[in-house]
Amino acid sequence: MEKIVIIGNGIAGITAARHIRKNSNNEIVVISAETEYFFSRTALMYVFMGHMRFEDIKPYEDWFWEKNRIDLIFNRVEKIIPESKMLVCTDGLEINYTKLILALGAKSNKFGWPGQDLKGVQGLYSYQDLTDLEERAKTAKHAVIVGGGLIGVELAEMLLSRGIKVTFLVREDRFWGNILPKEEGSLISRHIKKHHVDLRFNEELSEIIDDGAGHVKAIRTKKGELIECQIVGLTAGVSPNVDFLKNSALEINRGIKVNAFLETNLPGVYAIGDCAEFDQSINGRRPIEQVWYTGRIMGETVAQTICGNRMAYNPGPWFNSAKFFDIEYQTYGWVMANLQPGEIDFYWEHEKGEIAMHVVWDKESNVFKGINVFGIRMRHELFNNWLIKQATVDDVMAGLNHANFDPEFFKHHEQNIIAAFNSKTGKNIVLQPKSWWRTILNQKA
Amino acid sequence: MKNVRRIGFFVFLLGILLFTANIFLGSYKITPDLVRAHFDTSPESLDAGDTIANVFNDATVVYSAQNSAPFSDLISFNAALPKIIEIHNGLIRDLVYDVAAISEFDLASIYSFSLENEAITYSEDIIRNALGAQESKIKMLVDNTNWMYTDSKSYASVDEFKGVLNDKVAELNQDIGGAYRLYDDGESLLALNKVFITSPANSNTLLWLFLTFGLAVIGSIAYNLANIKLLGPAGIKNDGIYRDAISSRGWIAWVVMFYLVTFYVFLYFYPQYLVNNIILVNPVSQLLSGNPAGQWFLYGFMYCVAMTVMAVRMWVKYRHNAYQVVRTTVVLFFQIAFAFIIPELLVRFNMPYYDFKNAWPLDYDYFFDWNIENLMASGNVGIFMLFWGIILTALIVPIMVYFFGKRWYCSWVCGCGGLAETLGDPYRQLSNKKMWAWKLERWLIHGVLVFAILMTALTLYSFFTGATSMLGVQTYTIQKTYGFLIGSIFSGVIGTGFYPIFGNRTWCRFGCPLAAYMGLVQRFKSRFRITTNGGQCISCGNCSTYCEQGIDVRAYAQKGQNIIRSSCVGCGVCSAVCPRGVLKLENGPEQGRFGNEGPIVLGNNGFELNP
Repeated sequence: MEKIVIIGNGIAGITAARHIRKNSNNEIVVISAETEYFFSRTALMYVFMGHMRFEDIKPYEDWFWEKNRIDLIFNRVEKIIPESKMLVCTDGLEINYTKLILALGAKSNKFGWPGQDLKGVQGLYSYQDLTDLEERAKTAKHAVIVGGGLIGVELAEMLLSRGIKVTFLVREDRFWGNILPKEEGSLISRHIKKHHVDLRFNEELSEIIDDGAGHVKAIRTKKGELIECQIVGLTAGVSPNVDFLKNSALEINRGIKVNAFLETNLPGVYAIGDCAEFDQSINGRRPIEQVWYTGRIMGETVAQTICGNRMAYNPGPWFNSAKFFDIEYQTYGWVMANLQPGEIDFYWEHEKGEIAMHVVWDKESNVFKGINVFGIRMRHELFNNWLIKQATVDDVMAGLNHANFDPEFFKHHEQNIIAAFNSKTGKNIVLQPKSWWRTILNQKA
Repeated sequence: MKNVRRIGFFVFLLGILLFTANIFLGSYKITPDLVRAHFDTSPESLDAGDTIANVFNDATVVYSAQNSAPFSDLISFNAALPKIIEIHNGLIRDLVYDVAAISEFDLASIYSFSLENEAITYSEDIIRNALGAQESKIKMLVDNTNWMYTDSKSYASVDEFKGVLNDKVAELNQDIGGAYRLYDDGESLLALNKVFITSPANSNTLLWLFLTFGLAVIGSIAYNLANIKLLGPAGIKNDGIYRDAISSRGWIAWVVMFYLVTFYVFLYFYPQYLVNNIILVNPVSQLLSGNPAGQWFLYGFMYCVAMTVMAVRMWVKYRHNAYQVVRTTVVLFFQIAFAFIIPELLVRFNMPYYDFKNAWPLDYDYFFDWNIENLMASGNVGIFMLFWGIILTALIVPIMVYFFGKRWYCSWVCGCGGLAETLGDPYRQLSNKKMWAWKLERWLIHGVLVFAILMTALTLYSFFTGATSMLGVQTYTIQKTYGFLIGSIFSGVIGTGFYPIFGNRTWCRFGCPLAAYMGLVQRFKSRFRITTNGGQCISCGNCSTYCEQGIDVRAYAQKGQNIIRSSCVGCGVCSAVCPRGVLKLENGPEQGRFGNEGPIVLGNNGFELNP
């Protein structure tokens, strides 16, 4: 029996712990300095907005851990001593391990702005960020958010729910410009403005100004404008939380370097989730993947390895989802901000401008590459199969109505989409008859 | 718009205040004329009505002489009324006792005849011989003591015989004057309250209907319509639910609970105190059935009004979600048409009051003898209703659950569900999600189902055999117990009164025997499931939080499993609040309905690891 110690109780660490328990009788210890129990990081916003209590975003009741013999330690690890397979906590507590999984998470990026450590300047990642924001929201009237991505829009929604006005500075010429194509960026931008966010493009933060008491008073943009605010939200991405390991024997670049098996340069030490950096590109993905789903898959994968089934990280086709105020977004496969060589695309938008679909495929082979959908839900399993089987765009478009995952009675747009698609491409796609999608799936599987 | 909402709120509050104040308005006065007009329904002939009226007047005089305090308001009148009735019944007894009661002398006479021959003889002849020409007494004894005749019963001793007969005679003497007596149950007291009250509701019914129901409806609809603008673009707007005192068990929730529970207790057990509010809905009742309103008509009317107003709220809140809009509309239709209007119209056309969608065992008294007899005595319509009720439970319910899940009933048709989905919607997050609550749920709801089945079996046994009990268990007692504990306390007082504390589906989740029955079908033989969309779940917990049935939806979704739970009523809110499009209610082939049955989903490759 081994003693598996996991540092970090986020989705990656906890998934690893649960799967190790499922597949082995090993002793499992999870150490966290953030919270006593696992919670869903993605749901912090809902606690702030009053949709849920903090206890509601804990996916497991507190008795779960003891019942599953997963020991939770609420403490901060200060040092790793790989020679003696030992961890040392800030209060001097020593914990030994046979195998160590580092699931350290990340922290909000700060790019060396003057005043970036003032009170009132924060990201939105940790439980601490939530309590800080709770405190500041009591008195704040105006907030500036820097960095136009997913977390930025969530933070904007949160602050607005408490009647705090929001100015949103975006470096690019559209919202989430490094991920979303122009059409989608403009659709989401419109929606954000509809919610009365002061959304500004091509704007960057220059400095954050102190009120004399160590608290933020205003910010200045690179164009020189002064904006008074009591909260500055830094949402320009996150980076691996590895500072305390900088002088250790672990090989570290931006994150903890791992191979495809999530193994670090030290034997018996693994890194997963937001803090891991692959030494090679896996399936054409980025070396650091910081989304919920990849953290979960890495946790599942490393658990296999630890339980004797050495397994490489092989996450399959990319997928992701988000919600921008009232508009849901799902993506399957790759739709890049700009078309890649050899790619061709089709974009459809509903007349009211809040429902859209963007499909990309390979011009030569006709193979479907990816899809972005807004305001329509799609079946993950079906797209996953299409992507794995390298289905053609014709097959995908003809099967759109089977892929639809909207609730019953919702208006369907597939007919309009297909008509627009045919007229743009000159193809003659006909929607497959409305039969049960699983029969399609079974036939093709 | 903010002002519209604010004004709407205050108008609503004013309506509720006036509705509450209306309870206490008016004054009571018992006058001989009113008494005569009420009891002596055929003044031209001298009958029981005259006697009752005279005695009641006397009783009132006696009471007034004993109690100097006036009894002209709701509280003092209803304190006095049972006492007046008691005096009335005493006077009646005194009045007819001398003539009708079996006296000591009569008994002595019977015993002398009975014991004449050294043996005990008791028969009709003995009675006749002993009592001579007192026909009414003879009839009373023959009717009530024929089981004591010695041709079929023997006695060990004279003392035993005397003991039995003495007791029986004492009992019969107690009951003398039954036809002239008055009763002090809630419904009888309510009827008398209506007679003697003079109140604004009585003299200005339509005006007060407007000032109470009218204002409350107008105010709350204005409030909800203003939200179209105030809550911003259509979408899930749950901001602040856990900070508002109304929706997070704050002080407002406790006030509302107290109000609702008090109202239910009075409605069920002391309806006489609600006389003014029952009078308010008289015009509506007259319009529908042609009869004056009773407490249950008031309840039905309030039920429909509350559902309508809160359906407007649902239409506004979920205007982006067609499933919710259609579902709310349909469930409201079934309440108003099937539970409220049609039964009243049936009465107007001399047919039995019948709710065609109310299925046994939720409709627990469906097989009670009075209902069966009533239906059988109502010609072909009654016979049809009797068969419809049986077909509904035995065929329609399970078949529909097989195809659509129990949601077809619980959140599309049922009245209890309809109220929970409209009036109760603001409290859906309060359902308990803990494991122990799920365990309690399974014991309780299936326990109630077993209780309902046993009670009905006993009822039918009694109906067909004529026996009043089986194995020492009284049918009537069991029916009463079920009606009180389950029918009144569980489904009403706790089920609805505790909305703001326990959430809106307490009854449906823990108590409803029909839900338990359908749940078994849904769990083991149905095409319904909530599909989880691959690996898209982010474990945020919105689905579990807003599940009114306390299902930990997330526990399934984050593992990529479909949700198939007997308690799911298919309200569709988990799917609506999911920020990542993970959940979809659907009907499909039974095969594979559980989805990824393995305990884990490994992202996209879960399908490989868990074939």
